[in-house]
Amino acid sequence: MLRVCWKGARAAARQCVCGRVKAHPLQHCRKYTTAGGSGSAAGKIVAASLLTVGGGLGGTILYAKWDPKFRANVEKSVPYSDQLFEMVLGLPPPPLVPLLKKPVKTEPLQISSLSEASKESKQPKAKAKKSDPAPVGAPAAVEETPTPQTLEEASAEAAHIISALGEVPSVPAPGTSDESPPGHTAAGEECKDHHEPVLKERPAEEVTARLAQQDKAEQDALAALTAGLEESLGSAAKITLQAIGAQEAALTAIAAHTDKLKEAMDSQTPSDEKSSQWKALNDALRDRTRAMEEAEETLLKAKGELENLRGVINSAKQSKIDTARAQILAAEENLHSMIVDLDKIVTKVQTAQTEAKIVSQYSELVNEAKAQFQQELANITPEIQADWKGLSGKLSADDLNSLIAHAHRRIDQLNRELAEQRVREQIHIEVALEQQKLEDQKALERAVVSALEHSREDMRLEQEKKVQEVREVMEAEMRTQLRRQAAAHTDHLRDVLKVQEMELREEAQEILNSKMMEQETHYRRLTQEQLDTFTLDMNAAYARLKGIEEAIDSHVIAEEEARKAHQLWLSVEALNYTLKSAGPDSPTEPLEGAVGVIKENCAENEFTQALATALPEESLSRGIYSEASLRARFYDIRRLARRVALIDETRNSLYQYFLSYLQSVLLFEREQVAPPAKLAPEDLDTFKLLAYATYSIERGDLELAAKFVNQLRGESQRVAQDWLKEARLTLETKQVISLLSAYANAVGLGTTQAP
Amino acid sequence: MSEKELGQKWDRCLADCAVKFGTGLGLGIVFSVVFFKRRTWPIVFGTGLGLGMAYSNCQNDLRSHYVLQSKVAKEQ
Repeated sequence: MLRVCWKGARAAARQCVCGRVKAHPLQHCRKYTTAGGSGSAAGKIVAASLLTVGGGLGGTILYAKWDPKFRANVEKSVPYSDQLFEMVLGLPPPPLVPLLKKPVKTEPLQISSLSEASKESKQPKAKAKKSDPAPVGAPAAVEETPTPQTLEEASAEAAHIISALGEVPSVPAPGTSDESPPGHTAAGEECKDHHEPVLKERPAEEVTARLAQQDKAEQDALAALTAGLEESLGSAAKITLQAIGAQEAALTAIAAHTDKLKEAMDSQTPSDEKSSQWKALNDALRDRTRAMEEAEETLLKAKGELENLRGVINSAKQSKIDTARAQILAAEENLHSMIVDLDKIVTKVQTAQTEAKIVSQYSELVNEAKAQFQQELANITPEIQADWKGLSGKLSADDLNSLIAHAHRRIDQLNRELAEQRVREQIHIEVALEQQKLEDQKALERAVVSALEHSREDMRLEQEKKVQEVREVMEAEMRTQLRRQAAAHTDHLRDVLKVQEMELREEAQEILNSKMMEQETHYRRLTQEQLDTFTLDMNAAYARLKGIEEAIDSHVIAEEEARKAHQLWLSVEALNYTLKSAGPDSPTEPLEGAVGVIKENCAENEFTQALATALPEESLSRGIYSEASLRARFYDIRRLARRVALIDETRNSLYQYFLSYLQSVLLFEREQVAPPAKLAPEDLDTFKLLAYATYSIERGDLELAAKFVNQLRGESQRVAQDWLKEARLTLETKQVISLLSAYANAVGLGTTQAP
Repeated sequence: MSEKELGQKWDRCLADCAVKFGTGLGLGIVFSVVFFKRRTWPIVFGTGLGLGMAYSNCQNDLRSHYVLQSKVAKEQ
């Protein structure tokens, strides 16, 4: 029967094992059979998917090549696509940055340009030197800010502001205040004033005083100048007249002399008349020389005076007083005319002189011939000398013959000479003509030069006259324009003043209002502050009172709490004590009483209530076993569990029992093995588990031991069940009680007040 | 106590075994004496019967927990 049983058992075991083994190969076969059929389909699917993916990629790349924006999009969205694109297509095209054109800066310097234009326009207008510095000085005054001292200056500032906008070409506005009297223009001092480095506008009285001063000075200068001019003119005229007179005298003297000479040469007058003639000639000659000398002298003086006059005129011109210009011009004209007259007379004298020269030459020649003839005669008739005209009786026939022969010879000679002369006439005439031409040319040149000079002088004088006229006209026009400007300026000033007045008034009103507001707000703020401080104090006092009350209340509460905590702690301690009432094999007293007490003590504490109710029923009614008893019991369990280690629902025949018992006897292992941190499946062996549990129990860790015991399976589990239950109960209760005590301690600590 | 259960089972088992063995022996002897001319084989047979029954009982008792009972099977 045993054998039968044994066989049956083995068969059963084998069945179980084989059954399990058989299942697996079937499953594998199933897999293998289905694999072959799906091969081609899978290949097709793979091929199709590859094609699709490749097509998509290629299309994307081509389109990206064509459209850079698309490429950018793709690069942004897909992480490594930019590298792929770079590899395939090359670097992306550079982005186009629109060229921002800088707006052309318009010249904001229209003011200066306008002022410059006005300056330039003014300059050609004003020929007078005064006008040149005036616009130059006026913009200088504009650019430098004058310190406002009087209303005039303030108005000037306003005008300056408005003029800076370029509305009205009133650039010389600040300057016009200085030039308000339009009649008086130009003085050297005025120019100097404009050029002074510190351009302060002077008050009106000073201006007029200065102007009056300037006028007076001008007048004085003018008077002095005119006086000087007239003086020099007068003297020059006198002397010129003198010179002219002298020259004329000289001229007459020369003429007289020449006539006398001619007479003396040509006429056949008797000797006594001749001698008187010669005397008269000598006188005339003397007269002439004297006259000539006188003329020379006076000419020099006149020339000197004229130079003087010219010098004076130049200095007058340099003094730049325009009103004297007419006089200067007149003086110049006079000078010129005097020079002209002088020159004329001088030329006349010179011609007369040349004539005289010719005549004297002729007379000299004649005298020479006469002297020669006489000498010849003297040579031939040496004894007869002196005046041969009265000696015709004394002469002998020989003498007469010789004389006649000589005379005939002389006549022949002379005829021959005459013939020669006639032959050479032409040449001589030509030579003479040449000479005359040369002299004429020289004279012509001299005349031309002097005429040129005169005409040039004339033209210059005319030009100056014209210039003077034009200047006068321009000045008149200028005056009218300035008058107009002054009128415009006064109008403008009036307007500006009105506007300014309004603005200032408004400003003042605003300031007043703001000050009033300030004062009001200040007053209000002060009152509010006072109120606030009072309220604050009251509040503070009330708060303190409240605080004190609260402190007292909280103190009371705290004390109450402390009392409660104490109670709780005491009851928990009582509970703990009951735990100690466990005997070696008997459980503790039922914990009902103590727990009831706790519940009573802290009926309002939810936590405690929950914990109190969390205690297991068994512990309340029956009590729990102590750890020590459980420990002791565990060893029994251990022994038993080892003995029935092999028994479970599949193996539970008596034979298995025997085998299991044999195993437990023959298996040698350590009683206690330290459990690992993690349980591996091979650790779930009964013996190992029991070893871990023993180790834990020996170390006092009931919880861990219970955990390990819980892992037992089969009969061992059945055997250990009760122990496990007891262990669980104990652990639960202990946990709850520890929580309660911890809570009680915490509460006690919380409510404890430091001394 | 669950750990005592096994012990109890073994106690029962042994008691039963003793009883059965005794009974078997007795009956064997009786039968051998009465019916089978004092042959040995009924004694042995009877003893064996007794032991076998005891064994079977013991085994059943020990595996009673694991065996699915008809009542439970029907319910399930």
